[in-house]
Amino acid sequence: MNAQRPSALIAEDEPLLALSLQQELARAWPELHIAATVGDGDSAVRDALALQPDVLFFDIRMPGRSGLDAAAELAEEWPEGTPFPALVFVTAYDQYAVQAFETQAIDYIVKPVQPARLQKTVAKLRELLARRQPGGAGLEATLDQLRNLLTVAPGAPAQALLKVLQVSVGSSIRMVPIEDVLFFEAADKYVRVLTAGHEYLLRTPLRELLPQLDAQAFWQVHRGTVVRAGAIDSVQRDEIGKLQLQLRGHREKLPVSRLYAYRFKAM
Amino acid sequence: MAIDWLAKLRHFLQVLAFCLAIAAIQIAFLPSRAYGPTTTYSLLIGSVTWAVIDLGRNLFPSSAETGWPKGPAGVALVCSGIVAGYLVGTAMGDALCLYYGWIPPGAVRDSSEQRTSILITVLAGIAGTYYFYSANKSAYLERQMAQARRQSSEAQLKLLQSQLEPHMLFNTLANLRVLIGSDPSRAQQMLDHVIAYLRATLNASRTPTHTLQAEFDRLRDYLELMAIRMGPRLAYTLLLPPELAQQQVPTLLLQPLVENSIQHGLEPKVDGGEVVVRARRDGKSLVLQVEDTGVGTAQAPPSGQGFGLTQVRERLSTLYGTAAALNFLAADGKGACATVHMPAQA
Repeated sequence: MNAQRPSALIAEDEPLLALSLQQELARAWPELHIAATVGDGDSAVRDALALQPDVLFFDIRMPGRSGLDAAAELAEEWPEGTPFPALVFVTAYDQYAVQAFETQAIDYIVKPVQPARLQKTVAKLRELLARRQPGGAGLEATLDQLRNLLTVAPGAPAQALLKVLQVSVGSSIRMVPIEDVLFFEAADKYVRVLTAGHEYLLRTPLRELLPQLDAQAFWQVHRGTVVRAGAIDSVQRDEIGKLQLQLRGHREKLPVSRLYAYRFKAM
Repeated sequence: MAIDWLAKLRHFLQVLAFCLAIAAIQIAFLPSRAYGPTTTYSLLIGSVTWAVIDLGRNLFPSSAETGWPKGPAGVALVCSGIVAGYLVGTAMGDALCLYYGWIPPGAVRDSSEQRTSILITVLAGIAGTYYFYSANKSAYLERQMAQARRQSSEAQLKLLQSQLEPHMLFNTLANLRVLIGSDPSRAQQMLDHVIAYLRATLNASRTPTHTLQAEFDRLRDYLELMAIRMGPRLAYTLLLPPELAQQQVPTLLLQPLVENSIQHGLEPKVDGGEVVVRARRDGKSLVLQVEDTGVGTAQAPPSGQGFGLTQVRERLSTLYGTAAALNFLAADGKGACATVHMPAQA
């Protein structure tokens, strides 16, 4: 991080658009230094962690990891005590209705980038950077908004809640009552389902399963983990400050991601 | 099936009105008949006939088209309704008339009067049944037509939406905006492709078929746009043997397949890849193939039946029936291949 010149990272898969954003930024914010330009979500996370820029411009649709996922992953891995970068999403089509969050931590710009709109964003970013305090400030607000964006992802119509899971075991189908489930864990293309006595594999991806679960009873605690709240025995903070869940009737401990740590506060 | 009691009540009231009309006609043409008994018999016979037929048809498996039992069951139901209506209705009428003293005890009905009553019952029964049957049938046909209209406009809207998808449109415009500043001649080229692509998309519903040459030209417009956008991540090859250039094909048939290859195959892949579109003749059929080196099934829509594939299948089956087919093969990490077989012209 450079104390005098703020730095930025651009993640945009279309080369011409990355170039254009760079040019527009050079006009709107001459002192901004573009630390790197990458074309996919995984490189965005890697380079952002390595370079620790002040501002991130993430395209939402990217190969590999989407801009939203990359931001969530970055928030997870971000070292404690360093201010989290200001986040700006760049999107061709505002399907996430990001304007609903306009006054908050994350900004957005739509493509084609309009100089006047970019000017507004730059003014906001300058102000944000100026009053940024050392330490982890900013991360909480960013996490709040990311969580909202990730849960209002489009294309998820309301669905009936599952009461029984139909799991294929060998040649038969076993009916597992949903209240027997301790937690779901995404594993490659499958979802591991753990009950007190058994472990099953479901072929339905976690993101398809999630809208069919009662959000009051089943809590997402990590990108790939959904736990039945009633099965949680205790929450501990480990030596590096990460939350771990201890379940009733299960030895395995489950990590809680920063994105979902807000759920575990004493009443 | 739940019985719609409101509809039954409406039918019953219509039957009663019909019976009153029949009684009125009888009294008008046969003034010798007494008003009370004639109306009573008419109403009773009509009500019983209605009850047997209209309520009885719910006991049989009814056809969805008309709500009536099919074939012999339907005929038997109507006949038994009319017979029961006549016998039961007449018996009830006799009892009622005796009770009110409208007919003297022990009176014998003369046979010509009886024949007239039977004739009226049968004719009225058939007329009534026919009326309700055709009313149900036309209501069904109207429902069908409304549904068909809705489906066809939905399909058209979906097609247009998928082709003028906002991401595609705005990303293309954003690229154009950059090129205008940095490389005006390339911007002009790109704009020409955009124009051709938009024109073809908007015209597709008006020109049902065009030549394979035109189809490949439109694919080139689209791929050229995508190549500017994706840069080195997209390579493409179009292979059209000259002897097949004049074959007629449904307009923009392959477009959704190429779009799938890009959207679900190459866009999610960090390194991108290649799309190859080929045409060849295999005996009497024309074989069109869209192949990519993308991610394969990993990013395909979870149902495995994306809108693109379904739409191409439906178009082929409406145009060629079983003479055409679409096969789709995808392997994890090894790309996907969609093959259309359709009849070739001589």
